[in-house]
Amino acid sequence: MNVYVILKQTFDTEEKIVVRDGEVDEEGVKFTINPYDEYAVEEALRLKEQLGGSVTVVSAGPPRAAEALRTALAMGADEAVLLSDERIRTDEYGIARLLAAYFRSRTYDLILGGNFSVDNGAGQVAVRLAKLLDLPHVGSVTRLSVSGNRATAERDAEGDTETVEVPLPALFTAQQGLNDPRYPSLPGIMKAKKKPFQQLGLDELGLSEADIAAKTERTSLSLPPERKAGRILQGSPQEQACELVHLLKTEAKAIP
Amino acid sequence: MGNTYVVVAEARDGKLRQVALEALHAAELAKDNGDRIAAVLLGSNLSEAAAELARYTSGQVIIVDHPDLKTYNAEAYFAALRQALESLQPQTVLFGHTAAGRDLAPQIAAWLNAGQISDVIAVEKAGDAVYYTRPLYAGKAIEKKRFLAGPQVVTVRPNNLPPAPLAASPAEIVPFDYVPPSSLRSVVKDVVRKTAGKADLTEARIVVSGGRGVRSAEGFRPLEELAEVLGGAVGASRGACDAGYCDYALQIGQTGKVVTPEIYIACGISGAIQHLAGMSRSRIIIAINKDPEAPIFKVADYGIVGDLFEVVPLLTEEFKRALA
Repeated sequence: MNVYVILKQTFDTEEKIVVRDGEVDEEGVKFTINPYDEYAVEEALRLKEQLGGSVTVVSAGPPRAAEALRTALAMGADEAVLLSDERIRTDEYGIARLLAAYFRSRTYDLILGGNFSVDNGAGQVAVRLAKLLDLPHVGSVTRLSVSGNRATAERDAEGDTETVEVPLPALFTAQQGLNDPRYPSLPGIMKAKKKPFQQLGLDELGLSEADIAAKTERTSLSLPPERKAGRILQGSPQEQACELVHLLKTEAKAIP
Repeated sequence: MGNTYVVVAEARDGKLRQVALEALHAAELAKDNGDRIAAVLLGSNLSEAAAELARYTSGQVIIVDHPDLKTYNAEAYFAALRQALESLQPQTVLFGHTAAGRDLAPQIAAWLNAGQISDVIAVEKAGDAVYYTRPLYAGKAIEKKRFLAGPQVVTVRPNNLPPAPLAASPAEIVPFDYVPPSSLRSVVKDVVRKTAGKADLTEARIVVSGGRGVRSAEGFRPLEELAEVLGGAVGASRGACDAGYCDYALQIGQTGKVVTPEIYIACGISGAIQHLAGMSRSRIIIAINKDPEAPIFKVADYGIVGDLFEVVPLLTEEFKRALA
């Protein structure tokens, strides 16, 4: 099995967001593999352990994203590819085209990604990529099994579970519950340093800036208004319950 | 001639989903005078949902009603919508940011070579420009975006925009003849409905959510009873999901779902930053926790310091009385 994982480096979910000069401040921030992409890496490693083959991790991002790829190598991936170029300033449309240009020269059985990224949260790139490569896809997968040249996936659809069968090659996006990702081992970290790591820019991918020009742009960035602490209700539990329902009616007007 | 806005609507259990009306409202906010709106409803057995949708728009309601579309299939839904859109030539296509919408919208965007702005919570128009507001980091930050070029694809987060008002006269309902592709690569083998008849977490008006303080799967029972009395949905913190008390499908937070109900009731949830990101845009937050120092109280409108196993059943009884 030739398994590819597309992954993104994101802020650790414990991080607070600070806006400076209209941008999200990255100073001192801890970065990780996007948690959903981490499930995808783990699933790829399990498929390789079960069926043989290789796992390649691919990221489109700034130079710092190399660190996330190295973590994936330390978890057990065989090769890493960073699509990075200072001329890449684009949106999901452009990133999907960039990845598609890379994959057009590869052969693969499965491409795995995360359901969405915990930073931008748009959930577009993986599905766009499937469409650009004309692959069947199953999104938001909580179980995946491969048999011969077919895969069966269970998909979480707002709590319902849909079982979908597709022929390979195909693309899947990982949902929470798919697996429990391993931690990189110390020998894994040592080995990762010697694994193939390729960096490709627009020229190597045969793309111009115009080919991946964004279709959308951000016009402002702000922090949400802070919530103020309200009041702690007093009295016995019975009195508190009674008071709460009363306040929801009269003050909050949240129930009839 | 103006541009065409297409709102893609869904039904659930034969009923129109509320987010369809919210997406319709988004289209009304974005469009210029002279632009037209058409709604496309995809699924099976749609007559009731189509009639409902038609009351809220004076444009057309196009229904793609086919047994193959009874349950969501990424390829079949794409094929059906593509056929409908080919004749409509839209400038902008709007979806609900639902399980189906999240999967279908990027397919349409890729096919149209379009930009997409996902998970929109507000739409503003200033002159000719339309600005779409959306959360980043699950709501820890907010951005406004606009399109640089067309066509455009938008997904609208449930429970954030008001629904479109009733139209002066109901829209015309136009059936569309969907020609299923000769073969589909994806086959939906089975659907297990765990949520039949229950409010969907992201669309629920009231969410009752449990954390580690719930202590077991069994401990969710009183929360479920409260949610049932309120017609709401049950959610959970990452702690409760990781501990195996409930399914990950219920998780609310930066990983998991983001919810914006009218009332959010957090039971035994301490309020880690990643959980707060997923619920702090709720209109009213109620926290029940034994620990008076729990961070959840810093964002709660009303706090009860106490044992959830004592307080929640009392609340259920009080709500029963109040709503009777």
